[in-house]
Amino acid sequence: MNHAIFEKNSLILLLAALIVVSIGGIVEIAPLFMLESTIEKVQGMRPYSPLEQAGRDIYIREGCYNCHSQMIRSLRDEVERYGHYSLAAESMYDHPFQWSSKRTGPDLARVGGKFSDGWHVDHMNNPRAVVPASIMPSYPWLAQRPLDYADIADRLSALRMTGVPYSDEMIANAKADLEAQVAPDSKGAKAVLARYPKAQVRKFDGNTAAGAGPTELDAVVAYLQMLGTLVDFTKYDASGPNLR
Amino acid sequence: MIHIKVAFLLVSNGSVGAKLGLNFGFFNQGGVVSDTAIERSRVGDFLAIGSALLFAAIGALFATAGKDLPIQIHGGLIAVAAALALIYIITHPTNRVADRAEGYFDGPIRLATLAAVMWGVVGFLAGDLIAWQLAFPVLNFDLPWTSFGRLRPLHTSAVIFAFGGNVLLATSLYIVQRTSRARLAGKWSPWFIVWGYQLFIVLAASSYVLGVTQGKEYAEPEWYVDLYLTVVWVAYLLVFLVTLWKREEPHIYVANWFFLAFIVTVAMLHLVNNLTVPVSLLGSQSYALFAGVQGAMTQWWYGHNAVGFFLTAGFLGIMYYFIPKRVERPIYSYRLSIVHFWSLIFLYIWAGPHHLHYTALPDWAQTLGMTFSIMLWMPSWGGMINGLMTLSGAWDRLRTDAVVRLLVVSVAFYGMSTFEGPLMSIKAVNSLSHYTEWTVGHVHSGALGWVGMVSFGAIYCLVPWLWKREGLYSMRMVEWHFWLATIGLVLYITSMWVAGITEGLMWRAYDSLGFLKYSFIETVEAKHWPYIIRATGGLLFLAGSLLMAINVWRTIRGDEPVDIKDQPRSAAAPELRPGVVAVPAQ
Repeated sequence: MNHAIFEKNSLILLLAALIVVSIGGIVEIAPLFMLESTIEKVQGMRPYSPLEQAGRDIYIREGCYNCHSQMIRSLRDEVERYGHYSLAAESMYDHPFQWSSKRTGPDLARVGGKFSDGWHVDHMNNPRAVVPASIMPSYPWLAQRPLDYADIADRLSALRMTGVPYSDEMIANAKADLEAQVAPDSKGAKAVLARYPKAQVRKFDGNTAAGAGPTELDAVVAYLQMLGTLVDFTKYDASGPNLR
Repeated sequence: MIHIKVAFLLVSNGSVGAKLGLNFGFFNQGGVVSDTAIERSRVGDFLAIGSALLFAAIGALFATAGKDLPIQIHGGLIAVAAALALIYIITHPTNRVADRAEGYFDGPIRLATLAAVMWGVVGFLAGDLIAWQLAFPVLNFDLPWTSFGRLRPLHTSAVIFAFGGNVLLATSLYIVQRTSRARLAGKWSPWFIVWGYQLFIVLAASSYVLGVTQGKEYAEPEWYVDLYLTVVWVAYLLVFLVTLWKREEPHIYVANWFFLAFIVTVAMLHLVNNLTVPVSLLGSQSYALFAGVQGAMTQWWYGHNAVGFFLTAGFLGIMYYFIPKRVERPIYSYRLSIVHFWSLIFLYIWAGPHHLHYTALPDWAQTLGMTFSIMLWMPSWGGMINGLMTLSGAWDRLRTDAVVRLLVVSVAFYGMSTFEGPLMSIKAVNSLSHYTEWTVGHVHSGALGWVGMVSFGAIYCLVPWLWKREGLYSMRMVEWHFWLATIGLVLYITSMWVAGITEGLMWRAYDSLGFLKYSFIETVEAKHWPYIIRATGGLLFLAGSLLMAINVWRTIRGDEPVDIKDQPRSAAAPELRPGVVAVPAQ
C-alpha cells in the first residue's frame, strides 16, 4: 500500500491512528463488562457502611495507595503472609479500586481484625511507637479532626449512580448509621448491623468520652478493620461452581 | 516603499477576516496604506474574550458557591487567570499583519520551554524530597501537606505532566511549524494552550497537597480539573491539525505522525479513564464510574499508555526531529520509521494488563498483556536503531558535542528500558518484581534516562534557536549536566535493582522448616542504604537540572557565550518565507 496517503492527509492519518490505537483497549476492556465469569459469585459482599466509606475516602485523600496494595496475588508466599488471594468480587464495590502497584508497606487487603483498634490508633499517631523500624509517615491529625460527614448521603447516592446497590433506606439513614456505628448499645447500632451485616460497631479511636463525635481516625480504623472480612471463605470453593 | 507593498499584498491575499469584511476598515479608504499596517481579527478576539468571560464566570461560581475549600480556591484561581487573560486580550487586539510579519509563532513555545525548565527543577526537587522521606521518615514533618502520600502524586505529575508536558508542547509546536513551513494556527489558541496548561498544573498540584484526588495513579486530578484539561487538550489537537492543514510541504513529517498519535490517544485515554460521578457539581469529590477489576484494567490501560504515548510516542517525535537536525544527517531509514510508527502505536495499547499479573484480573487478559508487551520490544528497538543509526557518518559528534551525547544516551536508555520492560512483563519475572523497588528503578531509567535526557538535549537546541542567540552560554555546563545526570541515574537504577530484587527474594524466602523467613519490616530495613544511594543519585540529577536552568537563563539574558569556539554550528530551521512554494525532492 502506498503510505503517501497517510503522509499527505492529516485527517486520514488521524483517523487511521485512532482506529489502530482503539483495538487493544476494546478487546481487553469490553469483555470484562460482559463475561459473567469475570467476577466470582461469593457470599458476604455488601456495600461499605457510611462510616467505612468515609474512612475509605480519607484513605484515598491521604494517598495510602502510593505505598499499600490491596491485592493478594495467587502466589504461595503471599497467601501465607497475608491470607487467601484476593477475589475480583472483593473489590466489586470499590470506586475506585485500590489494588495499588507498590508495597512500600505491607498489603492491606485482609488487614481487618489482625490488629487491635488501640494498635491502629497508636500506629496512625506515630508508626514508630509500635513498629520501631517503620518508615510510614505519622498521621496525628486524624485523631484530632472531627469527621466531616455532612454530605455522606450524597456520597452514597453518587456511588449508587456508579452501580453500588445502596437502597433508598440506606441512603435515607446514611447520617444516622454513620453516627450509630461509633455508638455501641444505641438503638441505631442494631439498624446498622441489619443494613450492613458484619459491620463492627464501636468507638474505634478509643475516645469514649460522652459527646465525642466521630473523628477521622474512627472512620479510617473502621475501614481498616473491615478490609477483607466480608467474604465467607468457608462457603467459597475455588474449584466449585463459582470457578470462573 | 517595498515593505508597504508587501504589507498590502499580505492583506489582500485574503485572510478570513478580510474576506468576511470584518476588519476594522483601515484599508477600505483606498490608496493610502501606512507603514504600520493593521488588520484586525474581530472574530478571533471576540471568541477569546467570550471564552475568558465564560471561564471567569465558572471560576467565580466555584469560588463563591463551592462546597469545600479546595474547589473554592480553585475557582478563585480560575477566575483570576481568566480575568488577567481578558485584560490582556482587550488591550492587545489582534493585528494579523504584524503577526504574519513575525513568521513562525514562537511566543507560546518560548513560554512552554521556560515552563519546562522551571517545572523540571520543581518536579525533581519533589522527587528527591520524597526519596529522602523513605530513608528518614521524620522528613514527612507530621503535616498533612508534606506527607509522602500527598507529595508522591505531586512529584509524578510535576515530572510527567508539568515537565514532560511542557517539553512536548514546546517541541511539537516548534516542529510542526518548521516541518510544515506554516505559521501556527490561530492567535489566542496557542497562548490558551500553553498558559491554560500551566493553570492545569497549578490546579492539579494544589489538589494533591490539599488532599483532593481521584486515587488513581497518574490520573489523580478530580473531575472538574479533568474537564478543564479536556478543553485545553482539544484546543491543542485543533491547533496542531489546522497547522498541518496550512502546510506548504506536501508530506507530513514523521515527527508529526508521532505527535498526532500522542495527542489523540492521550485524549481517548484521559476521557475514558476519568469517567466519574461527582458527589456534587459544586464539590471537589467524585467516585470513579468503574470499580474493582474493570476499574483496574481501565486504569492500567490508561497508565501504561501514559507511558506509551505521553512519555514515548511524543518524545519519539522529538527524537525524529532533533537528532537529525543536530547532527545534520537524514534519518537512517524512512521505511523503518513507517514500520516503527504503526507497530508501536498498535502494540503499546495492549500492554496494560502486565501491571496486574497474578491479580484478580482474568488470566486471558493477563496473558494478552504479557504477549503484546514482549512483542513491543521489537518496534521499540526498531525506533532505537533508527535514532542511533542516524548518526552514521557523524559519530564523532558524540565526542565533540555534549548536546548530541544527551540525545544519543537518551536513545540508549530508551533501548535499555524497552528491553527491561518486556522482561518484567513476563509473568514469572513479574511475580518477583511487582510491588518492589525494581519497578520504580525501571520507570526512572525510562523517565530520567530517556525522557529526561532527550528533553534536555531538545531544550539545549531550542533555546538558542528560539531566542536567536549565537550559541548556549556555556557548553562546559552542558558537559557537567550530562555527567551529573548520568552518574545520578546510574546510582538510582542500580540501587533500585538491588533494593527491589532483595525485597522480592526476601518476601518469598522460606526457612528450613517451611516457614516464611522474614517479617515484612525486615524487608523494609534491608532497603535503608539503597534508599540513601537512590536519593543521592536523585540529588545529582537535580543538581544537573539546576545547571541547565542557569545556563538557559544566561543564554536568554544574552550573556556572551564563554566557549562559543567549542560549540557546533547547528543552524535553526530557516525563517518562514511566505509565498515560496517548495519543490518536492524526486
